[in-house]
Amino acid sequence: MSLYDTRRRTNTLATGLAWGAALFGLSWLLLILGSLAYEGLRGLSPSVFTQTTPPPGSVGGLMNAIAGSLVMTMIGVAIGAPLGMLAGTYLAEYGRYTKLATVVRFINDILLSAPSIVIGLFVYEVMVRPMGHFSAISGALALGLLVVPVVLRTTEDMLLLVPASMREAASALGAPRAMVIGQIAYRAARAGLVTGVLLAIARVSGETAPLLFTALNNQFWSSDLNAPMASLPVVIFQFALSPYKDWQQLAWTGALLITVTVLTLSIIARAFSAGRRN
Amino acid sequence: MADVLMSSTQSGPIYLSRSRALARIAYIDVVFHQLTRLSAITVLVILGGVIVSLIHGAQPAIKAFGFGFLAAQSWNPVTENFGAGPAVYGTLVTSLVAMLIAVPIGLGVATFLTELCPHILRRPIGIAIELLAGIPSIIYGIWGLFVFAPFVQTYIQPALIAAFKGVPILSALFAGPPYGIGMLTAGFILAIMILPFIASISRDVFETVPPVLKEAATGLGCTTWEMMRYVVLPYTRVGVVGGVMLALGRALGETMAVTFVIGNAHKISPSLFAPGTTISATIANEFTEAVGDIYTSALIELGLILFFITFIVLSIARYLLMRIEQKSA
Repeated sequence: MSLYDTRRRTNTLATGLAWGAALFGLSWLLLILGSLAYEGLRGLSPSVFTQTTPPPGSVGGLMNAIAGSLVMTMIGVAIGAPLGMLAGTYLAEYGRYTKLATVVRFINDILLSAPSIVIGLFVYEVMVRPMGHFSAISGALALGLLVVPVVLRTTEDMLLLVPASMREAASALGAPRAMVIGQIAYRAARAGLVTGVLLAIARVSGETAPLLFTALNNQFWSSDLNAPMASLPVVIFQFALSPYKDWQQLAWTGALLITVTVLTLSIIARAFSAGRRN
Repeated sequence: MADVLMSSTQSGPIYLSRSRALARIAYIDVVFHQLTRLSAITVLVILGGVIVSLIHGAQPAIKAFGFGFLAAQSWNPVTENFGAGPAVYGTLVTSLVAMLIAVPIGLGVATFLTELCPHILRRPIGIAIELLAGIPSIIYGIWGLFVFAPFVQTYIQPALIAAFKGVPILSALFAGPPYGIGMLTAGFILAIMILPFIASISRDVFETVPPVLKEAATGLGCTTWEMMRYVVLPYTRVGVVGGVMLALGRALGETMAVTFVIGNAHKISPSLFAPGTTISATIANEFTEAVGDIYTSALIELGLILFFITFIVLSIARYLLMRIEQKSA
């Protein structure tokens, strides 16, 4: 009887702790999102989108930072997504069981969670230092390098979901391998491929560390890819650590914008891939 | 293929254009194959490039300081005397604090999701946790600086100081003026950040346990706790450790969440309340302001050390996770 009681008590304690852990974890995360929405919405106004970053003490917005983020993310995705997709195609289609594929899979998984600041250092060494100055294009390249592992991973996973019988049917009709992949596998996995790109955009749109010493920052409007360019995360970093109240407010608003963007992209990506799997 | 054949039938005898079309298709096939292969190799080239460029960039510092760099405690840009000691120490301590908090809670959340949660809530909570894992680290950083650090300063730190006053080791760990920012706060923020990772990976790993095993345990009269402890955990041990290592890799290399609240002080203090620095925070804070080759190069060498540590941790993580994937397949 007493053994039975002890076991039951231990179980109640353990399950209670698990409930507690879930409540504890979720409440922290809700707290973060809550204060983000509260602080960020206070500063949200049309001028955020129509004016450039101000000097301390005057009114301004985040227009140049938003534009810079968009431009560098787009170029980064344009560099990284095709590369990741082609490499993912190799892993899933041509070289599925080869040694090269095994090694690439392993290395890619490591690059997926490698510290992004190191990628920034790499781009600084190979691009910023030879060019002699910081530039938007090197920032975009750093982001592109972070896009590759995400897209590669999803592309491979999604192509593997395409039933082999579909490929066999196409091959039996006489279609060469490239056509089987291009016309059959890609089409069947289209939603999944889009998911990969969306997830990659979500991943890089909040990246700060690799931009700090590649694209640097820019207080003014700039569309020159060969010059430093502002981006939302770097502006948030600079403004949040400043002693000026209005800069800190803009940092909160920028943080809210990034979070909303990232969450929206992830939800859309999820909807895409859910439609595919069912 | 049909339209290729069709368009060529108009321009010549059928057998000639047919063989030409086939040759073209074979050519495209080879080109596409090699293109994908080249892209796959590019991934390896990127990794190789990262390692080579970091070693190259770190050369001046490696020559100037040798192996002593790893443990040296000075960080003086004026005399150009640098050591990685405080940064490495800070990286390890903040990650350790984060793991101590996040691993038990993360496993608790995973247990909750797989065993205790009402079925209707299981998917929404699971999705919420996965979404939160995707929130950029700078968000955690700004929240840590403006909301959490003041809270730690006014409530948690005074309470900890009072609670452990006179206890031999703990009083040294929780000593000093409550600044709010410092190693402990940085560890807390990291913990909140990696919690979703640990929770969602552990949940995925727990779900690889065959239902038969769990049913057998329940059939023998095991409580939920006993089933988790004696069936699920032993079965998934490798995967759980893999997930934890993956989260550790993230914590070690995390930059923005830490940079805001660590205080950026190049010294090793016994107290967790003291401001410190981590490798990534040092690079983020000082790289663009570094003047002189040695300073820049010392920062790049820090990056090299960080990459080396995380590479090993992540390799082990991936190896362990690969093993459980094979097991479940």
